[in-house]
Amino acid sequence: MTDRVEKSTSVVPVVHPRRGTELALLVLAVGLCVLGYLNVGLARYGAVPGNVTDYACGLGALALLAHVAVRVRAPYADPLLLPIAVLLNGLGLVLIYRLDQETPDDPAALAQLTWSTAGVALFIVVVVVLRDHRTLQRYAYLFVAAALALLVSPVFFPAVNGARIWVRIAGFSLQPAEFAKILLAVFFAAYLAANRTALAYAGRRVWKMQFPTGRVLGPIVAIWLISVGVLILERDLGTSLLFFGLFVVLLYVATGRTGWIAVGLLLACFGAFAVGSLEPHVHSRVQDWLHPFASIDAGRGPTQLAQSLFAFAAGGLLGTGLGQGHSSLIGFAVKSDFILATAGEELGLTGLCAIFLLYAVLIARGCKAGLALRDPFGRLLAIGLASILALQVFVIAGGVTGLIPLTGMAMPFLAQGGSSVVTNWIIVALLVRVSSVARAQPDAYEQLPEED
Amino acid sequence: MTRHIRRAAAFCLLLMLALALNATRIQVFQNDTYDDNPANRRQTIARYAQERGDIYVDGRPITGSVDTGEQLRYERTYKNGPLYAPVTGYASQTYGSTLLEGAADPLLSGTDPQLAPFPLVDGVARVRRPGGAVHTTIAPSVQQAAYTALGDKQGAVAALDPTTGRILALVSTPSYDPGLLSGNGTSEAQHWTTLNNAASKPMLNRAIGQTYPPGSAFKVVTAAAALDAGVVTDLDAKTRSPAPFTLPGTSTKLTNEVEGCKNASLRYAFEWSCNTVFANLGARVGLEGLVGTAERFGFNDSDLRIPSRVAKSNLDREMDPASVALSAIGQYDTTATPLQMAMVAAAVANNGDLKSPHLVDRTTDASGRTVSTTHPSSLRQTFNPGTASLLRELMVGVVEDGTGSNAAIRGAVVGGKTGTAQHGIGNVGLPYAWFISWAQAEGDPQPGVAVAVVVEDAAADREDISGGGSAAPIARAVMRAALAL
Repeated sequence: MTDRVEKSTSVVPVVHPRRGTELALLVLAVGLCVLGYLNVGLARYGAVPGNVTDYACGLGALALLAHVAVRVRAPYADPLLLPIAVLLNGLGLVLIYRLDQETPDDPAALAQLTWSTAGVALFIVVVVVLRDHRTLQRYAYLFVAAALALLVSPVFFPAVNGARIWVRIAGFSLQPAEFAKILLAVFFAAYLAANRTALAYAGRRVWKMQFPTGRVLGPIVAIWLISVGVLILERDLGTSLLFFGLFVVLLYVATGRTGWIAVGLLLACFGAFAVGSLEPHVHSRVQDWLHPFASIDAGRGPTQLAQSLFAFAAGGLLGTGLGQGHSSLIGFAVKSDFILATAGEELGLTGLCAIFLLYAVLIARGCKAGLALRDPFGRLLAIGLASILALQVFVIAGGVTGLIPLTGMAMPFLAQGGSSVVTNWIIVALLVRVSSVARAQPDAYEQLPEED
Repeated sequence: MTRHIRRAAAFCLLLMLALALNATRIQVFQNDTYDDNPANRRQTIARYAQERGDIYVDGRPITGSVDTGEQLRYERTYKNGPLYAPVTGYASQTYGSTLLEGAADPLLSGTDPQLAPFPLVDGVARVRRPGGAVHTTIAPSVQQAAYTALGDKQGAVAALDPTTGRILALVSTPSYDPGLLSGNGTSEAQHWTTLNNAASKPMLNRAIGQTYPPGSAFKVVTAAAALDAGVVTDLDAKTRSPAPFTLPGTSTKLTNEVEGCKNASLRYAFEWSCNTVFANLGARVGLEGLVGTAERFGFNDSDLRIPSRVAKSNLDREMDPASVALSAIGQYDTTATPLQMAMVAAAVANNGDLKSPHLVDRTTDASGRTVSTTHPSSLRQTFNPGTASLLRELMVGVVEDGTGSNAAIRGAVVGGKTGTAQHGIGNVGLPYAWFISWAQAEGDPQPGVAVAVVVEDAAADREDISGGGSAAPIARAVMRAALAL
């Protein structure tokens, strides 16, 4: 906002790098996380956790390294992106550490910290190596091939808990679909940026609706169908929903065809209905969503969704306080898919809204970078990455709060899961990169002429 | 494109808004529905997350709490569990809580609003108070004396302070250790099954939860009704009672087990328990008079709480004259709890002023601040003051000259009444032995104790079961403990 004020008072616009702001916010973010960590120890055992210095130093070092990389290679990057990512990641570590206290045989916080380190390392690599995001455009077809390979790969590995989404290599479990979503976003952005005029204006007109030629639309629909098909086969419906949403949003932004949104939504409804009634796994999820307490009435005890709703309700307005809730009653996946329930119970509606607000700011900042950029690929990439975050948060948070049927997915940065946290750091790295380019433009905030 | 990016951004932010609104719905507006769902373990966890308040006898706790380190953290423990089981009941994580544990549960578990100085503030800040303490009226020496005296016999004792209504002893045998049921494991389930299936019904609180035909002990009530109604005015006048007595409207003849009952005086009939005389008096008093007097003693009252509920003692309100006559000697459908019969003795001892029987003397919060105190209160005036001294005289006669000589105590005036109740179809069941009495130490201005004893000794020889034989010595031991003689 200050940029605007200064612009009006001086002839030559001065864009502040705002790296100092970022550093200050990072200190605040790390401080908040350490406070949370202390809080868990004090509430549970009345003592400061022994490894709090390790935790503080670890998180602080990660934040500092990332900050230095940004300062050197992306000096004009949006100063809010990195601190929000650090805060969410640190908060996730606090919540996982807190849940570790309920499952002493299965600690996960250290592994998550290791994965976060890998994520930050990749963040630094992306920020350092990728000088210009437009380079990615060149590798669009390579990326899509890689994405499809990644999506197909879990088929060759055994299913885990009903979903065939894991790849096990050298003792590590990876979810390839997590990485595939970035690759697909890059491909969609590149392809749509190259073909958007043809998509929007060529082709036949059928009853008020402009349809593009098959030659242009064909490949993209095919790839989308394949990716969604693979996901349904692998029963990873959350990611399937995410890809579908990403596709529709990018198509809309690229072409400006509102009608296609309508078609997309119709297709989505049809698809959801078909899958929901035909696929037993999904059918039961829909039934759970419609009647979360049916299993209690039937004497089979509460489902995970019911337990999750109990946890949120128990939190109320202010929460029970870290370490003092009983979200562990959810049982399986409490640290991953259901991590938000712990936040809801122990931090209350207040804490939950703060978390949603952090996501909202992260998303808005991504969109803002997209608005400021001038190359269509960069714009589509920024909005694509922002929508991945938004859709992912909505699908899983909506699922565990009973707003939509529950589909397994990781809450960005908060949830336990290596692939997810690494992917999200790459997303933030790309947003940092594009926002740096956007803000470095001398007339970044000039009103761009409308193209349509 | 700019406009579409803006719209897409707005859409993404709307998704976040939807999440926040939905969270508000669950966490603020509908949270009660979720919190109160029986499948939600949180209230149970919170309930057992702190030590349960203790129950005290004479200033000493008879309960405790043990930290199990499990999800439901604190479990109830009992000191001398079998002795006090009819007082405390059990507090189980699996089977709920009963008797005093059940009736005083909000206080003991810390949810009672009386524990909070500012209940509204606590509600907002979600504070659960430490459990309060319950101080009972039980006198440990009396309780122990009753328990020891009953020994291996199956039966119950209820003892009251007639002038205040304080319950001094509440014993039921065979008993059980309520601590066996405290937790939530498989051993609790096994104990639960074993205790429930045992033929001797150890978990039955015979003192307040079981009713027995009172037999001749009911003659105190009949005598009160006859004196109140003016059917008898002189204890030593002949009562114009035939022996055997033909039940009105039937050809059934009622006989006695003792001699000299024909036209016997009320005094003689009471001392030697003449069935013919009391059946005759009951018939002359009539249904209304008998039921009225009995109900003033507490019969037909299903709302009596001490504070746990006491089983209803019964005297039918509609009967034919023959049944009225049988009821007057404690047979037919007439049944009473031992506590009810102790109340009968207490009313006589206290000149007809029946005090509310109560088990809780006072309650305090965890720091010892008094939350509530029970003040003695009159339940009812059961009979005319003029009748009182005559009834006392009758009951004293039973101990001094009649069937209750086994209850006599040196240094005290004791009034009593025996009872031997037949039961079962055709009276084939083993009879119950009753003894109800009161005692006043010499030099004391008021009677100190009223007691009812019932012995249902299946092992005993049928001839040997009688109020005077089996039950009177137990009553004597209890009264001696109460008067410290």
